[in-house]
Amino acid sequence: MTTKLESAQTAELLADFEKKINAEIKIEPSDWMPDAYRQHLIRQISQHAHSEVIGMQPEANWITRAPSLRSKKILLAKIQDEGGHGLYLYSAAETLGVSREQYIAWLHQGKAKYASVFNYPTLNWADIGAIGWLVDGAAIVNQVSLQRTSYGPYSRAMVRICKEESFHQRQGYEIMWRMMQGTNDQQRMAQDAIDRWWWPALMMFGPHDSDSPRTSHAMLWKIKRESNDVLREKFINKTVPQSELIGLKVPDPNLKKISDETYTHGDINWEEFRQVINGNGPCNQERLEHHIRAHREGAWVREAALQSDFRNQ
Amino acid sequence: MKTTLNYYLQIADNALILSHRLAENTSKGPFLEEDLATTNVALDLIGLAESVLNEAAKLEGLGQTGDDLAYRREESEFMNCLLVEQPNRDFAHIVTRQFLMDTFNYHYFIALTESKDSFLSAIAFKSIKEVTYHLRRSSEWMIRLGTGTDESKHRVQLAINTLWKFTDELFEESESDKAMLANGTGVNLHNIKNQWNQKVNEILYMAHLDSPKNQFSVFGGKQGNHTEHLGHILAEMQFLPGKYPDAVW
Repeated sequence: MTTKLESAQTAELLADFEKKINAEIKIEPSDWMPDAYRQHLIRQISQHAHSEVIGMQPEANWITRAPSLRSKKILLAKIQDEGGHGLYLYSAAETLGVSREQYIAWLHQGKAKYASVFNYPTLNWADIGAIGWLVDGAAIVNQVSLQRTSYGPYSRAMVRICKEESFHQRQGYEIMWRMMQGTNDQQRMAQDAIDRWWWPALMMFGPHDSDSPRTSHAMLWKIKRESNDVLREKFINKTVPQSELIGLKVPDPNLKKISDETYTHGDINWEEFRQVINGNGPCNQERLEHHIRAHREGAWVREAALQSDFRNQ
Repeated sequence: MKTTLNYYLQIADNALILSHRLAENTSKGPFLEEDLATTNVALDLIGLAESVLNEAAKLEGLGQTGDDLAYRREESEFMNCLLVEQPNRDFAHIVTRQFLMDTFNYHYFIALTESKDSFLSAIAFKSIKEVTYHLRRSSEWMIRLGTGTDESKHRVQLAINTLWKFTDELFEESESDKAMLANGTGVNLHNIKNQWNQKVNEILYMAHLDSPKNQFSVFGGKQGNHTEHLGHILAEMQFLPGKYPDAVW
């Protein structure tokens, strides 16, 4: 039972916390924070970390088939970057008092999610371009805004991640550009890739603001700095001209230019979004099974490393 | 010229195929840090392969590129040793294959810095830093697995026993090896074998592991006679340039 004194203390701590938030002072791991704030961050940062790691799979699907030495090198380095982002984010998430092992267990138990976009398959080489350009491009729009998030470790991780993601976005666009300069087959593959990745990329920003249950609290505490719809529109306004420049058609018959730099778009298929989030996308099962299998098959290695007296010299 | 070209291809193909095997393991590591470290080694090796293949293409003088050599040669034209094409059976095999090859590369590239061929000596200098790290890492894993649990010791010993028959080939002198050694541009593989034995025995001793005795050795990679694995690697690796020969990627 909470006593009057405890309630008064909590009210004081909360007031201090909110004062810091309003003054744009970062909240650090040792600072007091409301439980709901901590829980929101635990959910959001771990989901972000899992997304980076699960996102390695659809790209790794093409490493052994990358068509040139240069493209293979770039793809290897990119996937390595994504894994590195996963590491920063797990570290940031661990400052909230939950271990990486626990986060991974929640992922395997289906209690934690990852970005639903990675439940779509990579079917031709241009998909590697489309992921860099559209998926990383959408992620950057979100992450640039998260550099100003109120939780210090998350904000600092975002600053580093954004630098690398913008590089990936340009590399992805270069693949698409190169293919649009190429043979008819290459152009066909590039158009096929944008046809399949455009809508899932738009869904990455989440439901419309009117349907986003957690947004208001997250905005109040400055975990989230801009709403889903605002971020989605920024992405569309930036990406449509890039697509037109290289001759790709955005697969939205209702896309309309309403001013020099802004567009309106057609309806997003939210039923598909819900289905994919709830495990019914084309690759949900494979992605999770792959992660569980690698983790399970690696158990004896982790155990050996712990048991051995040998340590890094 | 053919001699030098083949010598370059031996170096490049070892790096290219081993890099490919490591790349296959991306997203399958036992934990995230290890996944990234494996990719790191794969990246170093593909960088080495690319430099040497580009130079080999110039040397050949037929207007080909390094990519052409990687993506348009047939299986029998690949000069890599059989060890590097062996599959990723489990983490113990990946680490053991790497350790056996890293030990070779470390001593080989140190010796190659003395080459009268300025490209080879330059690439050897550049590679030593990377290979030194690779060898340290794979040696440490051998010891960790050998002194870890019963299961890890069993697995790593099994990997050594399985891969050992491919190690003699590392020191087999091809026509190129002989000619390049004679003109001061190549490496004396007999010396490398002694250094390799010493290092491998030292690490196996520290790891409480045994080196197999009286095993039959398998050869052929340096002459283009490979195990069944290489064909599958190339079928996958060369799929796009093969299907769309006019495309530039």
